[in-house]
Amino acid sequence: MPEPNDSLVRFNEVEKTYDGETLVVKSLNLDIARGEFLTLLGPSGSGKTTCLLMLAGFEPTTHGEIILDGEPINNVPPHKRNIGMVFQNYALFPHMTVEENLAFPLEVRRLPKTQIAEKVRRALDMVRLRGLGSRMPSQLSGGQQQRVAVARALVFEPKLVLMDEPLGALDKQLREQMQYEIKHIHEDLGVTVVYVTHDQSEALTLSNRIAVLNDGVIQQIDTPNKLYENPENAFVAQFVGENNRLLGKVTSINGTGCSVEIDGGGKVEALAVKIDGVGGRTLLSLRPERVRINPTEGQVPNVFDGRVEELIYLGDHIRARVKVCGQDHFIVKIPNASGHSELHKGDQVKVGWAVEDCRALDA
Amino acid sequence: MTSTTANDAIIRTAEGVPLKLKLLRTTRRNRIVAFCLVVPLLLFILVTFLVPIAVMLLRSVDNPIVAETLPQTVAALEHWSGQGVPDEAAFAALAEEFTLARENRTIGRAATRLNFELSGMRSLVTSTARTLSRGEQGPYKELLIEIDGRWGEQKTWATIKLIGQRYTTVQYLASFDLHYDAAGRIVAQPEVRQIYVQIFMRTLWVSLLVTVLCLLLGYPVAYLLSTLPSRISNMLMILVLLPFWTSLLVRTTAWIVLLQTHGVINDLLVWAGLIGDESRVQMIYNMTGTIVAMTHILLPFMVLPIYSVMKTISPSHMRAALSLGANPLVAFWRVYAPQTVPGIGAGSILVFIISIGYYITPALVGGRTGQLISNFIAFHMQKSLNWGLAAALGTVLLACVLLLYWLYSRVVGLDKLKLG
Ligand SMILES: Nc1ncnc2c1ncn2[C@@H]1O[C@H](COP(=O)(O)OP(=O)(O)OP(=O)(O)O)[C@@H](O)[C@H]1O
Ligand SMILES: [Mg+2]
Repeated sequence: MPEPNDSLVRFNEVEKTYDGETLVVKSLNLDIARGEFLTLLGPSGSGKTTCLLMLAGFEPTTHGEIILDGEPINNVPPHKRNIGMVFQNYALFPHMTVEENLAFPLEVRRLPKTQIAEKVRRALDMVRLRGLGSRMPSQLSGGQQQRVAVARALVFEPKLVLMDEPLGALDKQLREQMQYEIKHIHEDLGVTVVYVTHDQSEALTLSNRIAVLNDGVIQQIDTPNKLYENPENAFVAQFVGENNRLLGKVTSINGTGCSVEIDGGGKVEALAVKIDGVGGRTLLSLRPERVRINPTEGQVPNVFDGRVEELIYLGDHIRARVKVCGQDHFIVKIPNASGHSELHKGDQVKVGWAVEDCRALDA
Repeated sequence: MTSTTANDAIIRTAEGVPLKLKLLRTTRRNRIVAFCLVVPLLLFILVTFLVPIAVMLLRSVDNPIVAETLPQTVAALEHWSGQGVPDEAAFAALAEEFTLARENRTIGRAATRLNFELSGMRSLVTSTARTLSRGEQGPYKELLIEIDGRWGEQKTWATIKLIGQRYTTVQYLASFDLHYDAAGRIVAQPEVRQIYVQIFMRTLWVSLLVTVLCLLLGYPVAYLLSTLPSRISNMLMILVLLPFWTSLLVRTTAWIVLLQTHGVINDLLVWAGLIGDESRVQMIYNMTGTIVAMTHILLPFMVLPIYSVMKTISPSHMRAALSLGANPLVAFWRVYAPQTVPGIGAGSILVFIISIGYYITPALVGGRTGQLISNFIAFHMQKSLNWGLAAALGTVLLACVLLLYWLYSRVVGLDKLKLG
């Protein structure tokens, strides 16, 4: 089992600019443990690919240091870094067969022929493509190509594998299947993976830890459940999972909690996570599945009157859009369990939630 | 039993029409429209390209002049054994037809045609015809031999018999420096008249050299163009295309200014003390001039196909190769270069085929030693008026190109050819 402090990769105050005017990555500090599956999650243009390219050696850092396995690698050229990489468009060599693609990294390392054949065979087995070795990449489906790309990045047994949105081009079903395969490969091989995606559910499925990136800055780095349950700022709350936002002003603070005067009217008790102090503006974040419809008296401190504006039946749950505290887009997820309350459009309901589920964040 | 399975094999529509037939019918209209769209071009190509080529092929074997001017003589010579001189009948026919041809003014053409094959025939024929027209009477054998002793020689008559054939292969033999000797065997031309094989070899060699030079110069440029941001690459592309946009004469003059013995380059070399003033280098009006100028003008034909192929190669391939542990040279050689092969093939075949038939540049800057086969074809078309030989040389050239094309399609595959 990898030790928690055993770091394989360390970004030390790394900065990056392409044009000399804007910093695409700003003072990035990041430790990646050996054997870890770390995901860089962020919206488009947040600098995820840039981080990977710096790590792989295709882009120089403007400032700061990247340390791989205890050695600074700023001046090590990409082909000497021994880092596997899976590209978004797979980047399989179109003029080589699948086998030749897989053999390529072994051939350039001058391994003996028999060993190459053996490793290639095992790699093909690993991604369940036995028998397709003599096909050209263009004769494979998207998912198969993707698997070849993964196998190729792993066949030379690198300590670190980088994947830049490897599933971006696949359809939803295949993507989910591949997520499991990648997860299993990671678990079986114990290789360290840095994965880039802007799909939060993919990040939640795969990762040991997720670093949420916005505008070149890491907003929060945590395990998937902590990230979802305890977002530290408004951006993370919004980007990871769905959430209801209520804007307001802090009126009092008591210990870990605080009272907030909602702009649309009403007073909410919330958990003080990231606020400026009394009188400061705040954004309350509340997961739709934590909101209760018609809670029993005294069960939760925050109870408000609402009106059902819209109902969407989604099978496993029902989404209700409720007008609450002057907020039109307040979403409530009602699990489709037996005996759940029947709602109709236009119903007057009470909605309530616990203090711990409502996090007061930076506005 | 068998009949039902046979019926089952054909899938039918609801009305019972076989599906294939139905498909054919429904697509017929589209095919007719498509055909109509290409008809004008088809006609144009037919009239301006295919017909002239057919005419050229015909002309290279067609040999009407002597057969039409001296039909009786040719007929009389048919029974001649080819030994010694023919009998009186042939002499009589010749004398009669010479007189007639002189009246019709067709004797000159026949004399010229015969002279291509055996020099001296022109003066022999015209002077004999002139003498005969004074009304001399036979027996003609003695008379003709008296007029000119050459009528008593076997090779004179052999030439008339050979050139009297309506269809002939002599032009093709001449294209390969061969001819029929007096005994009718195919032998090499005398050394001093051997020229075309050498010119063909020279043309192939120059074309190959120009292709290689274009590739060496063009490949890095294409690579640069394909990697630069489009704003800059568009500007560089203009520089590449500049040869297309400058008039031929301006370009040629520029080369002359640069390359002549008292031109810029020689002056620079002398000034730098690399060569003495007396030993200036001859770089134009010879093979060097032809090669330099042709490489210059043909470079875009190499750059453009390679560039268009390189443009489609994703930069992530190189990155992938590097990340897999290949050093940049290996990555380039094993991953990038093979993907540019279709472009190299297209560019090379284009440049080679254009070079092999190049005319104007060698004519202008090639001097005497820088002439290619096209210049000789032009010479026979315009100066010597030996169209038959010009056509035969042209046909051999065409065959060379087709052969190369066939080789290319066998080795590289035409489907891999990517033009633009
Ligand atoms: N080669 C480059 N030259 C200049 N600017 C660049 C270059 N590559 C990226 N950028 C800029 O850097 C910023 C971060 O880009 P990056 O590719 O890292 O984003 P990303 O998080 O990977 O986004 P996406 O999810 O769309 O792939 C963007 O604003 C982008 O415009
Ligand atoms: Mg990206």
